[in-house]
Amino acid sequence: MPGTYANPRYPFRRPAALDHGRVEEAGVAVVGAGVVGLTVALDLARRGLRVVLLDEDDTVSFGSRAICWAKRTLEIYGRLGLGARLLEKGVTWNTGRVFFRDREAYSFNLLPEEGHEYPAFVNLQQYYVEEWLVDACEATGLVDLRWKSRVAAVEPRADGALLGVETPEGGYRLHAAWLLACDGARSLVRESLGLPFLGQVFRDRFLIADVVMRAAFPAERRFWFDPPFHPGQSVLLHRQPDDLWRIDFQLGWDADPEEEKRPERVRARVAAMLGPDIPFDLEWVSVYTFRCRRIGRFRHGRVLFLGDAAHQVSPFGARGGNGGVQDADNLGWKLAAVLRGEAPEALLDSYDAERVPAADENILNSARSTDFITPKNEAARAYRDAVLELAGRHALARPLVNSGRLSRPAVLAASPLSTPDAVPWGEGLPLGASAPDAPVQRDGEPDWLLRHIGADGGFTLLCFGQGSEAPPGIARLVVSAVPAPGALWDHSGLAARRFGAGPGDCLLLRPDQHLAARFRGGATAEAVRAARDRALAIPNRRGAA
Amino acid sequence: MPLHTEPRLADPDGFYAALMEAHRGLDSEASRRLDARLVILLANHIGDAETLREAIALAREGLAPERPAADTGDRP
Repeated sequence: MPGTYANPRYPFRRPAALDHGRVEEAGVAVVGAGVVGLTVALDLARRGLRVVLLDEDDTVSFGSRAICWAKRTLEIYGRLGLGARLLEKGVTWNTGRVFFRDREAYSFNLLPEEGHEYPAFVNLQQYYVEEWLVDACEATGLVDLRWKSRVAAVEPRADGALLGVETPEGGYRLHAAWLLACDGARSLVRESLGLPFLGQVFRDRFLIADVVMRAAFPAERRFWFDPPFHPGQSVLLHRQPDDLWRIDFQLGWDADPEEEKRPERVRARVAAMLGPDIPFDLEWVSVYTFRCRRIGRFRHGRVLFLGDAAHQVSPFGARGGNGGVQDADNLGWKLAAVLRGEAPEALLDSYDAERVPAADENILNSARSTDFITPKNEAARAYRDAVLELAGRHALARPLVNSGRLSRPAVLAASPLSTPDAVPWGEGLPLGASAPDAPVQRDGEPDWLLRHIGADGGFTLLCFGQGSEAPPGIARLVVSAVPAPGALWDHSGLAARRFGAGPGDCLLLRPDQHLAARFRGGATAEAVRAARDRALAIPNRRGAA
Repeated sequence: MPLHTEPRLADPDGFYAALMEAHRGLDSEASRRLDARLVILLANHIGDAETLREAIALAREGLAPERPAADTGDRP
């Protein structure tokens, strides 16, 4: 098979513990240097924390795997300094097109409005993202990346976790005050703690193929139900950089995975789809099944679970990798605040309270998509086909077409960290949602609002016009309807409209850019401080005896 | 909006005949497809989620067995 990408090999560095034989102490250990582990390690390092990152392999992902990076993920990587790189290399797309048999049933635009730095999605092979995250982690000087270091035993303790680590040069023990399990669907940390997954297995198999070709398909997501070239099943096509295309063939439960992976068999399927005139090469092939499930809680004392180690979804909707990156985004600032003594450990309970409902939303959406794509009985197939037939002719049926409800940022609607509105807010961003972007000008230069929220790693008081003062420790960001020195000029009015804010209003945003509180007509420094304390799970000072 | 359960059709025999006529000549698969289309068209016409939930519950009454305890349990 040809290679558009060569996996880097990272060196094994002999840890001192192999020689002194004592238990090594670490503040934070992350198990698993996949997308999620690398992201949370980078986030913590950028907040000044040292992280030991353990991975059993010595390279990034084999095969493109997660390829669809959602707008929110791009914004998070923007905050972590990698957003522009993903945008530049990735294939931008906003349109999804759905076909039924030999005709188009429906198309949708995921980002119908202008005025955002990042598009709805870029497609990019997972190995690029991981490689750049490795480089960024190394550049901080604070991430101790330990390749070829397999965690073989985990013993949770009140003061952290004791790990047994195996390396090519022997084993050693590592005690971590905090352990972040990012070790995927077959998480050893999860098994060691005896935590069961609860959820659903789907009786279907899918063939995934990365195909190198020069093809005229546009950069959009294409999904076929029951196409002539793959009758009775579905097919999904995505474009990636490097003339690489992802094709996902539904095979049905009875397919033989080994047989289906044979190159000549895959070639026949691809050729049937492309026609005889398009030459192509296979780069990577895999057959998979999937589950929609999660563990009960994501925090277990000093051990926290992120990404696939905590929850898994079907691939339809791009909710796996994007959900995991949001886990990292949610946990990083909280753990940093606890380790710096700025917040009680109870703040980490909010990781559960916020990310469990987010995982449930992803599981619900991806399970529903799967039920539509894989009808379980004759009635389900009749309804699905009826929807697809009607959708071609009547708009009314189009919202029912479900080829994947694509990842959206979680709205942390029931978050205990949010301060309820004193007066009804009306239109605009709901509490707990991540801040919308908007084009602004700073000192006459074009800029983006989100670049300035959480930019210093802390809370931001977003003030529409002058007025409210931020208490110490909270950055004050002024957005103005007219050009003003030191303020971001909201020249299009989009920032005000998207927040539902008018002159004098101010909003408190968390370090992860989610909305914690908002104040119609402004706020006293004391009110802002109280909302910030609530968002840090600090008990109410006035209420304390 | 609560589901209307009192008679409302001005010409019940006429409606029934039209429905039977639509199914005439279709095999069972096509008939099932016709009914599915009809449900989707009418559901969209009704629009109200509560009414639709009530109708689904009413239609489901007395149709044993209860939903089987799915092949969904995934034990560790």
